Amino acid sequence: MDLQSAKMIGAGLAAIGTGAAAIGVGFVFGSFLQSALRNPAAADGQQGRLFLGFALAELLGLMAFTVALLILFVF
Amino acid sequence: MAGKIDPMHQFTVEPLVPLHIGAYDISLTNSAAWMLAALVIIGVFMWGGMKRQVVPGRWQMAAEGLTGFVDNLVQVNIGPEGKKYIPYVFSLFTFILVVNLQGLLPLAIVPGWHPFTPTSHFSITGLLAIMSFSLVLIIGFWRHGFHFFSLFVPHGTPWYMLPLIIPIEIVSFLVRPFSLALRLFVAMMSGHILMEVFGSFIVNGFGAGSPVGFGVGIVSFAFIVGVGALELLVCALQAYVFALLTSLYLNDAINLH
Repeated sequence: MDLQSAKMIGAGLAAIGTGAAAIGVGFVFGSFLQSALRNPAAADGQQGRLFLGFALAELLGLMAFTVALLILFVF
Repeated sequence: MAGKIDPMHQFTVEPLVPLHIGAYDISLTNSAAWMLAALVIIGVFMWGGMKRQVVPGRWQMAAEGLTGFVDNLVQVNIGPEGKKYIPYVFSLFTFILVVNLQGLLPLAIVPGWHPFTPTSHFSITGLLAIMSFSLVLIIGFWRHGFHFFSLFVPHGTPWYMLPLIIPIEIVSFLVRPFSLALRLFVAMMSGHILMEVFGSFIVNGFGAGSPVGFGVGIVSFAFIVGVGALELLVCALQAYVFALLTSLYLNDAINLH
């Protein structure tokens, strides 16, 4: 296998990580909705934590995207 | 038959007004021009909204809604001490929001024009993140001196866990500027690549002249309408997340935990 094809395969494999982040983000919002429907009065006060959890979960997927970009364009 | 899809072309920084001083290239680039445009938009919006009428009109309500939103964000996350930092968080939020939304303007219908998103460049988002991070460091050391290092020791940690907890806390602290910058940069960049790729699918699909190409064009068009709406949401959300995280980090520096 030459380097160019290996790069493409590697970038594709790295992109799997964004799918894992999708699971994480879905989990964050899903859990929030579940508990918000149980106690809607307390839900508004937790929005900061909701978006913090979203940002942290999303970041790890973005790392995977960055790795894919690095493989494609830097090396 | 089909044109080659080049999704990276939209991120090229081109000099509009070439300007060199010595060995330094300080040309006015399209990136700088779009940031200046954002400055003008924010300035006009705030200038028109600051009427101080007792019964506010629509414009004043919009400006008050924006300032009230950031004010609420900072007060909730930092507390009464955070009032001093509202202007900074407000500037960050409005700048990122306007710059993000500018990038989605359908300007490409004018031949030779295309909108440029400065926040899709790591140099811009990295600078914003470094500003936030150095503000946190300056405020932290200013207010607490070397006591600021107690940030790395969470309250109530058993002593035998300290050798494990302290390096983790230090690394998570040092990673903050990168994570701030990376999140905004990658969110904007990947969104624009996605829209470019599917926009090219529409053009190439209709241009192919076959029924299959026509079908691909229709499906891509429906998809890109949805993605466009999602991108509007992401633009606002990333600006909000950046402002939120900045105020959370400022809270760490001001109140320690």
